[in-house]
Formats: sequence, structure tokens, C-alpha cells
Amino acid sequence: MTSEQKIVNSEQAEEHVELVFIHRSLFIRSFMAELYEELGLTKEEYDKIVKILGREPTYVELAMYSVMWSEHCSYKSSKPQLKNFPTTGPAILQGPGENAGIIDIGDGQAIAMKIESHNHPSAIEPYQGAATGVGGILRDIFTMGARPIAVLDPLRFGSLEDDRVKYLFEEVVAGIAGYGNCVGVPTIAGDVYFEECYEGNPLVNVMAVGLVETDKIMHGYASGPGNSVILFGNKTGRDGIGGVSVLASQEFTETAQEKRPSVQVGDPFTEKLLIEVSLELIEKRLLVGLQDLGGAGLTCAACETSSRAETGMEIDIANVIKRETGMEPFETMVSESQERMLGIATPENTKNVLDVCKKWGVDAMVIGKVTDDGALKVYDDGELVGEMPSRSLADEAPVYHRTSAKPDYIKEIQSFDPRSLKTPRDIEKAFMDILTSPNICSKRWVYEQYDHMVQTNTALIPGGDAGVLRIKETQKAIALTVDGNGRYCYLDPYTGSLIAMAEAARNLVATGARPLAITDCLNFGNPEKPHVFWQFTESVRALTEACRVFNTPVVGGNVSFYNEWKKGAVYPTPVVGMLGLIKDIKNMTTIGFKRRDDIVALLGNTMPELGGSEYLKVVRKKVAGRPPAVDLKKEKALQECCLEAIEAGLIKSAHDISEGGLAVILAECCIAGKTGAVINGREDTDMELYEWLFSESQGRIVISFKERSLFLLEKLCSRLRVDLTVLGRVGGENLQIGDKINISVERLKNSWQGALHV
Amino acid sequence: MRFGIVVFPGSNCEQDCYYAAHLIGEQVSYIWHHETNLNGYDCIILPGGFSYGDYLRTGAVAKFSPVMDALVTFAEKGGLVIGICNGFQILLESGLLPGAMLRNKGLKFICKYVNVKVENTSTPFTTKTLRGEVLRIPIAHNEGNYYAEAGVLEDMNKNGQIILRYCDPHGDVTEEWNPNGSIENIAGITNKEGNVLGLMPHPERAMEEILGSEDGRKIFESIVSATSK
Repeated sequence: MTSEQKIVNSEQAEEHVELVFIHRSLFIRSFMAELYEELGLTKEEYDKIVKILGREPTYVELAMYSVMWSEHCSYKSSKPQLKNFPTTGPAILQGPGENAGIIDIGDGQAIAMKIESHNHPSAIEPYQGAATGVGGILRDIFTMGARPIAVLDPLRFGSLEDDRVKYLFEEVVAGIAGYGNCVGVPTIAGDVYFEECYEGNPLVNVMAVGLVETDKIMHGYASGPGNSVILFGNKTGRDGIGGVSVLASQEFTETAQEKRPSVQVGDPFTEKLLIEVSLELIEKRLLVGLQDLGGAGLTCAACETSSRAETGMEIDIANVIKRETGMEPFETMVSESQERMLGIATPENTKNVLDVCKKWGVDAMVIGKVTDDGALKVYDDGELVGEMPSRSLADEAPVYHRTSAKPDYIKEIQSFDPRSLKTPRDIEKAFMDILTSPNICSKRWVYEQYDHMVQTNTALIPGGDAGVLRIKETQKAIALTVDGNGRYCYLDPYTGSLIAMAEAARNLVATGARPLAITDCLNFGNPEKPHVFWQFTESVRALTEACRVFNTPVVGGNVSFYNEWKKGAVYPTPVVGMLGLIKDIKNMTTIGFKRRDDIVALLGNTMPELGGSEYLKVVRKKVAGRPPAVDLKKEKALQECCLEAIEAGLIKSAHDISEGGLAVILAECCIAGKTGAVINGREDTDMELYEWLFSESQGRIVISFKERSLFLLEKLCSRLRVDLTVLGRVGGENLQIGDKINISVERLKNSWQGALHV
Repeated sequence: MRFGIVVFPGSNCEQDCYYAAHLIGEQVSYIWHHETNLNGYDCIILPGGFSYGDYLRTGAVAKFSPVMDALVTFAEKGGLVIGICNGFQILLESGLLPGAMLRNKGLKFICKYVNVKVENTSTPFTTKTLRGEVLRIPIAHNEGNYYAEAGVLEDMNKNGQIILRYCDPHGDVTEEWNPNGSIENIAGITNKEGNVLGLMPHPERAMEEILGSEDGRKIFESIVSATSK
């Protein structure tokens, strides 16, 4: 730099300082009291901050409280409900409260997992919203010392007949693919539902899973006063300012597009480097603690790590490497620029940490140090601009006990009896309409855009009941699934949430896996509305109960409120991400029929339950009735029965029955097995055929097996009191059900696979 | 023998290739992209991934890595080089192989199993296959639409440089079974000398029955056989 340039720069700098000064004093003197509202805080919350500090907050402080006390970061409306979840168990090494939960899978290995939502960013800027959703959840995993091994994506959109929905759908899928494929983590499962209620507020949830050796588990603790605080990864810019407060914690309005600058931009290449850097630092034991910067950025990472460790922290934001000049201190503190990590290292290891970052070409700077006074102090080039107790930011947000009231629509909608409708004239046509509906048809268009095979562990690719990853150098495998039917939950949030759990567990069991734990993403409307809060409490009550019965504690998750748009709230949509363990991968079971003449049978019972079904929606254009009932004890017995049968080597294929009902499931077994089947048998009931074929009764699995296994299966079923009904046999080129359905598997396949495209 | 796997920032299949070499019982090590000495290796693998994020053009930045000069010398001396997916794209960018890569015809990333027909069994990469044999190996790419000018193609055909073509399960090379629009259904080619192979399918993903296919082993085992002569 020449001396001339220096002078010009310092003049600019002085001018700038002056501007900032005027700007800041204006804020503090005139607007402070009104500002909190713009930042998403209430009057009571502002008063509480004043009380904590014993004075008016500075602008930096107010901005930091506003993001940490946002619904998204503080769970202020949901805490009283969530505390009921079972969160411990013999296999649970880390429950909620850390960046991700950790579950022991034996042999010194553990699985880290977590699910999160990125709904509002994706509604505004679908590609980047979805991409950064993937990036954020992956960081939660490798922050714990785990190498990310899988991503799962539950997605909910409006009707595909709407052009903007098509655009959102296409871009969200492209964003997930663009990010996940580049970082080299396979997207192995997910689900997609299309319902009108999600039109203006799609749900984009992302679950990530990692593998960690139990002695390498890392925690987000800023321990050891005097230790260095190191920020590494991307430069800090003005993107994502207020993402958690103004975007994620408020309802959507017509002006939502104006919030586009609050959406961050993802850089998967840097993320891939961060994975390698972080895991190398942990492998070499150079870190005391590690935390990613996600929602609420540096503020969140700094206060959470110091609060957990009961220490304090000093940060000088002049040392933060920035992408642009002239950033205000508050902007640096709440920026949600992606792909950044906060590492804590002893003074002796600090240089080694910086060297590893340098090797990978990743920016890193010491930005402060750990202290022992419980305070988070923010300096701007030596000048103190904020000082708050770390705990008050991280853990002392107000807790709200929201009012709950059962909505009026429930009674009316549940009073509808599907049996009052007439029998469909053409059952075969109804069947094909259901099979090719967007909710039921093959999601190949989606998952072929995701690299689902990288890392060479994917033993079961998308399209089955769950994704299965083998664990290299062992006999083990893990199975993963995400489930949550919003339509059922809209009709009855309690039963619908039980179904989400029952179905997730059944999906795992059908592959031969024993369920171990869940992570949950609870997507609801505005919790300040009593009927929305009622939906939420009913849902949490059901999940809590089902977790106890299935022995699957909650190891973490996410609550996403304020999912509303001009036509109101989305369906209450709890999404359950469940992990299961297959002890011996030789027992992994798939959905496809295997061999000619194998017996096809039904485990469980069918009831005439068409409430909330695809049949009702697709054929009768109606969303009404009661969702299928769940008897948790029966469900558990069915799952034990299926698992025992698989582990005893008695069955050749298993497929959980869910949306669409038995007929659809039989078609999928045929398509996957590239064979037909002849179905003549039926349970002894007074149901009409179409009810039997399209009922969505829970607690059912279609299995196939060799004839000689029948005797042992019958014995097993009678011991566990599970009904077994022989339906027919595998064989031929058609799926033939009684005298009403007779269609070639080739035609089924082409219709089912070709139905979804944009 | 010893495989060397070049790791660029943004590579993401290097561990899969490492595991594949390990599965067939051969020695293998990683080569950081700053390395300039490739002595002691029998075969260098450029793995798949998104080197440098591929933000400019696939493989366009990786070709400037220090290791690439050494790789060119290694190849000139007759050493075996195999570029898989992004590795293939880097070989094209660096001029070790002819032609160029365009975006897939559907403009979407595609990950799925495909069938490829072996067109030439006399290369060091294909001796363990049969002529016309159909291999089932996955692809996973956004830019796999291979293109070369007519004259170049003619030469390549004449020299037996086209090694793999996308085909149906019976070995018929048809447009319907071409996943990405690649000219003449080309999935893999070598240089004129036959010691540098670029291919879009990932043989390292097809090494075990539990993952759906073992056909990728045939390529790895051909390399072992060629280097142990």
C-alpha cells in the first residue's frame, strides 16, 4: 500500500467512524425503546432485558437478545411441553441440549443425529433456503466429532397444479441436491407430500446423521478460562441478519419477499473443507470445544458455549474476518453467514489449530478468549460495545405458557363417516388414480437428483421402507426413516402424531431394524393462537406416549412455529426421524417379492378406516373423517412379531402398509420384485372390497415367505397374538386382486414411476 | 501394487476409492494436491467430487493444482491413470484426454445404476472383462454429457479409445438408455496410448453385492493384473 492510498483510506475510515457514531447515537437516544418491536421483541421482554442489565441495553445488546430470545432459538413457547419427552435410555449418550443427539450402536461406535426445519427461507428463496438447511444440519453433526454419513429430507408442498408450487418444488430439490451432492454426503431417504395447505408455506425439513467413535465425541463447551476462541470458515457478511427472529419466528405476510435479504447463501465447497478441518482437529485432539454458527450466528455460538461451560467470553469483532467493510458491530454479532465454526483451544494448541485450517485453505482467526466471570463481552477494536451475562442470552429467555383451545372444525370434520359414501363404480380405476397420485407415486424424480450412494454404504436406496447404511468393517447396519402425515394430524393431532411414530417404527422394523431413538421436527402455525397451540400440545402428548412404548427416546429436534400464510396455518405436521439398528446385515429385508410361489400374507388387521385416506382425497375429493386408530400395544406386538420373523429367517420380503392402503402396497411389492402376484384370500370381515383395499389401518405389514415357513410363522403369530392372513402367491406378470383388479406389473411400474415430474 | 488417490479440496469420493483398493487387497495412499512427486505408484486415481467446488466449470481449477504437472509426466512415462466422474472431467480439462463435458441433457443431476457395454478388452483397465460384456455400475453427475468433434470421434473409434458405452441390460446401445445425452453413448474413453482412462460411472461404488453390484471390481482387478505383469 502506498502512503497516498493510506491517507485516502484513513480519511474514509474517519468519515466512516463519524457516520457510525451518528448512526449509533441516533439509535440509542431516540429509537431504542421502539426498536425492540422491529427486532421481534415484546415490551415485557424489553423490560426483562433492562432488569437483567440494570440499565438500558446498547443496540448491540438489544440485537443479540432479540435473536437469542426469538422463538426459533429459545423455544419459549414450547419448552413446558417438550420437557415431558423421554430423553434418556441405556443407548443414549447425548440427549437434547447439544448440537445433536448421540446414540450408542456398540463396538465403540455411536450415531449422531438431528433434524431441523428451513421452511421460511425456502418459501422465499427455495434453492438457497433448502441448500443452507442441509449445510446447517450437517454442521450440527460434525461439530459433535461425527462424520456425516446421511441426509434425509421430509418435504411438504402445495398442490402441483400451482405454478409457483412447481417452482418451489423444483428449486428446493435442486438446492438439496446442489449442496448435499457437493459435500459428498448421501441423501438416502425422505418423503414428499402435496397438500393445498402448504402452498404459501412449504415445509423443508432436513435430518442429518453421522458416525462417531465414542471416545472422539466433541462438545460445544467453552471451558478453561484463558483458552482461545477461534472463528474459522467463511468470512462474515451481511447475509442472514435476523434470520431467526424476523424470518423464522413470525408469520408470513404479503411482504415476505422483502425479507429475501434475510436468507443466507450456501457454499458447499467450504462446508466440505470444514468437515475435513473439524474432524482433523478433533482427531488430533487440538480442541477443547467446538460449535457451529447457525441461527443467531456468533451471538448464539458464543453465549451457548460459555453458558454450557459456566464460563464467560470476550470477543473483539475487529478480529472477525469480514466479507465487506463498514459492518456495524451488531451486524457482525448476528450475521448468519454460512459455513463458520467456533473452536476453543488451549493457548499451546492455538497455532496448531490455525495451521490445520491453513493447510485446507480455510480462513481462521483468534477472535477472543474464554473468561471466568460468566459475562459475554463484545469489543469493537478494544472499545466495549456490549456486556451481558452469557446465561441470560442462552438460557433465560422468558417462557410462555400459551393458551390452548380445541378448535371448532375438529368436531364437524370428524363427524363425517366415509361409510356413508357409495362404492366406487370402477375399483380398478380408483386404484390406478391412487397409485399415480403425487403423494403415493414413486419419488424417483426427486431422489435420482440426490447422490444417494456416495460413501459406499447405502445398502438400501430410496424407494423402500427406510434407508439402510451398512457400517463398514462390522456386521451392523443402521436404518433411517422420516415420517409425518399432516393430513391425519389436521383431522386429529393426537392420533395423527401416534401414526407418525407407529409408521416410522414399522418402516424400520420392516427392514429388520430395531428402533433406537428419534429426533423430531414439529412444524405448526402461530402458537399465540389457541387452536394452533392445542394442536401442538396434543401432538407432543402423543409423541411422548409413543416414545415410551417403542423405547425410542427423543435425542433432540426442532420446533418450527409460525408456519402460516394468507390462507392460514399449515396442517399441524410433526415429523419423526427415527434410527434403528440391524444387528446383522444378512437379515436386512426389502419390500420386493422374491420368488414365484412364495406365499403373500398380511400381518395385522384391516378395519374399514378411510378417514383422511388417499382414497377419500383422490377419488372423493374430500379431507375429512377420523384418521385410522392406533393401539400402541397391538402395534408394538406386530412389530415384535415382524422383527422376530425376520431375525429367524422366516420371511423373504416385508412392506409396511401406510397411505394408499393394501392395494398400493401390493403393487409396490410387485414393482420392486419385478413379478406379479395373485391375491385371492381376504380377512374374514364384512367390509366392502374397496374398503379393504384402500383402508389405511395402522399396524399392518405385507410379508412374503416360502410355503414351508408358514407353520413356524403361524406359531410365532399366535404366541404374540398377531393375526396372520394368507392373501395369495407371488407369480405371473400381473397383479391380480380378486376379480376386480388385473393389471400387468409393467403398466403399474410405468404409471407409478412416471407420475411425478415438473 | 500401489494405488495413489489424488485429493483436491472438494474431492468427495477419495475415501470410497481407498476402500475399494483396500477391498481387493492392494496398497493405497492419498496424495495431497500439492504433491509433485508420484514415484512409487503404479496407478493414480483422480476421484469424483466437486474439486474447488466446481464453481467455474467442472475440473477447470483442479487442472492448475501442482500435482497435475507431475501427473502429466507420470502418464507420459506410461503410468496408469484413471479419472472417475470429476476425475474424468479434470483429465479432459488438462488435455490428457480428448473432448469436453457438457451438462446432462435433462439439466439435472442424475444418480442411478446404469448399464455400460465394454467395447475394448485389451486396455489395462478392461482385461478382466469380456468384449461386449454389460457392467452394472452407478453414475452420479450433473455434467456427464460427453462431447467431441466428428474428426476426433472418428480417430477415437479407429484407435479403440472408446471403452464404455451406455446400453440397455442386454448390451444394445440405444438413445433410450443414454442417461445424459453423451455423444455415441460414450461413458468412458482412454487416450491414444491406452494408459489413461476417464469414465463417468463409479466402479468404486460397485465392489460388493450388498451395495447392488460387484461389476466395478473387474476394472480394479484389470488394473492389478496389468501392473503385476
